Amino acid sequence: MERLDTIPVVSASSPGSAVGVTGNVLPLLHEIRHALERLARDRDPTVIDLRAIPFAPGDEERLLSLLGRGEVSLVLSALGRSEIRESGYPGVWVVEHYNDAGERIALQIEVTDIPAIARSQVADIEESSTRLNDLLMNDNG
Amino acid sequence: MANSKTLGESLRRHGVTRRGFLKFCSATASLMALPPTMVPAIAAALERAKRPSVIWLSFQECTGCTESLTRSHAPTVESLIFDHVSLDYHHTLQVASGEAAEAAREAAMHENQGGYLLVVDGSIPLADPGYSTIAGISNVDMLRETAAGAAAIIAVGTCAAFGGLPKADPNPTGAVPVSEIIRDKPIVNVSGCPPIPVVITGVLAHFLTFGALPELDRYGRPMVFYGQSIHDRCYRRPFYDKGLFAETFDDEGARKGWCLYKMGCKGPMTYNACATAKWNNGTGWPVEAGHGCLGCSEPDFWDAGGFYNALSIPTSDVTGTVVTGAVAGAALGAAAALLNRGTQGEAREKHATVTVDDLEKGV
Repeated sequence: MERLDTIPVVSASSPGSAVGVTGNVLPLLHEIRHALERLARDRDPTVIDLRAIPFAPGDEERLLSLLGRGEVSLVLSALGRSEIRESGYPGVWVVEHYNDAGERIALQIEVTDIPAIARSQVADIEESSTRLNDLLMNDNG
Repeated sequence: MANSKTLGESLRRHGVTRRGFLKFCSATASLMALPPTMVPAIAAALERAKRPSVIWLSFQECTGCTESLTRSHAPTVESLIFDHVSLDYHHTLQVASGEAAEAAREAAMHENQGGYLLVVDGSIPLADPGYSTIAGISNVDMLRETAAGAAAIIAVGTCAAFGGLPKADPNPTGAVPVSEIIRDKPIVNVSGCPPIPVVITGVLAHFLTFGALPELDRYGRPMVFYGQSIHDRCYRRPFYDKGLFAETFDDEGARKGWCLYKMGCKGPMTYNACATAKWNNGTGWPVEAGHGCLGCSEPDFWDAGGFYNALSIPTSDVTGTVVTGAVAGAALGAAAALLNRGTQGEAREKHATVTVDDLEKGV
């Protein structure tokens, strides 16, 4: 029989604990660990949408604080701001998308070498080649 | 009015880069509760998506559903969606009134015959059509006339989906949901009082993206948002499994955030996305604020006993089992869950009409 004092209840304001009030962060860390193994073994990337996770108050802060910050941080300006940063665990990225009003519209964990959205996109590369071409044509004219 | 330009063309014309488009697709996937692996498919589909015409009819309702929609806090996604649907008739939001408004509805119906999306909020009175009319047209006539040329119907809110508050006992207006009048069109029920804003826009986004309706449950609700119970997705669920319950709004259990089951939480019989999508731009949701779920996305929720009566009370002494669970810990807590699942259907059938006395008795 479980006694009350053996149940790991922690206040929501103590982000240092990996377990937290409900223990909902722990399985997520395991999922990230499995995704890292897949990435290392098969080059197989994973995206986890945190909107679909039933977090308790403080769980998101706890997860992000446990992941920590790594060497790379990128700011993307397209339809509002986005922050793309490597966590303290290389290969684990935190991607936050905001809209024009500064409200967050997506929060994702990407387990990959670099999130696809950070790369220059083929369509944009073609477009920039055309634009540079036009600029040079106009200068010559 | 709807036009033939695709969403991809329209975004490029507005100078949106491919990166911006991918960001939009990621947010849309998240909005539609689809896995991130679907983003390439969503990008390909949105690239080709056409701008559909939408006609929105409001019947016996409180405008709460429209309030919910217009308070949705993701303007980038929603405004892009609404830039790319043509909302041709919505009598609360449109500028035109009277005959000009009705002319807009008729024009949209005529020009997009068979292809427009009809959104309905509110129930339809059948006892006497005089209870609710628009421009002298009874709700039932307007619904039949507008539904005839629609590609599909989205019933937004518990009133349109299941009858809602107007249908609550003794149902003086003879209110019925859309599905009891229209039988020959695909209908999606987006229930909730009101529905979660991102669930409304998520269903619209699904139609815009794929040109089809999402997979539905037995009540006609989209599985992606209504596929799991509040209870199964609740962050307080581990406390239920351990048999730890709040008994009043200010006891130790309430302060420690324990399960609200014994205070009447309807989470176990309620299917909705509140536990993950949350409310007010993800700030929180009723259970996180310390109040049990009212079950507002379920049929006849208003008549399902008292809001503060534990689910099991109407039929058998399941609370006794729950108390035992509290003493004996996890194993019996889980057994109580199973027993309660078994008695929920029975409990629903035997629910008595709620009275003012019941409400005053509280817990």
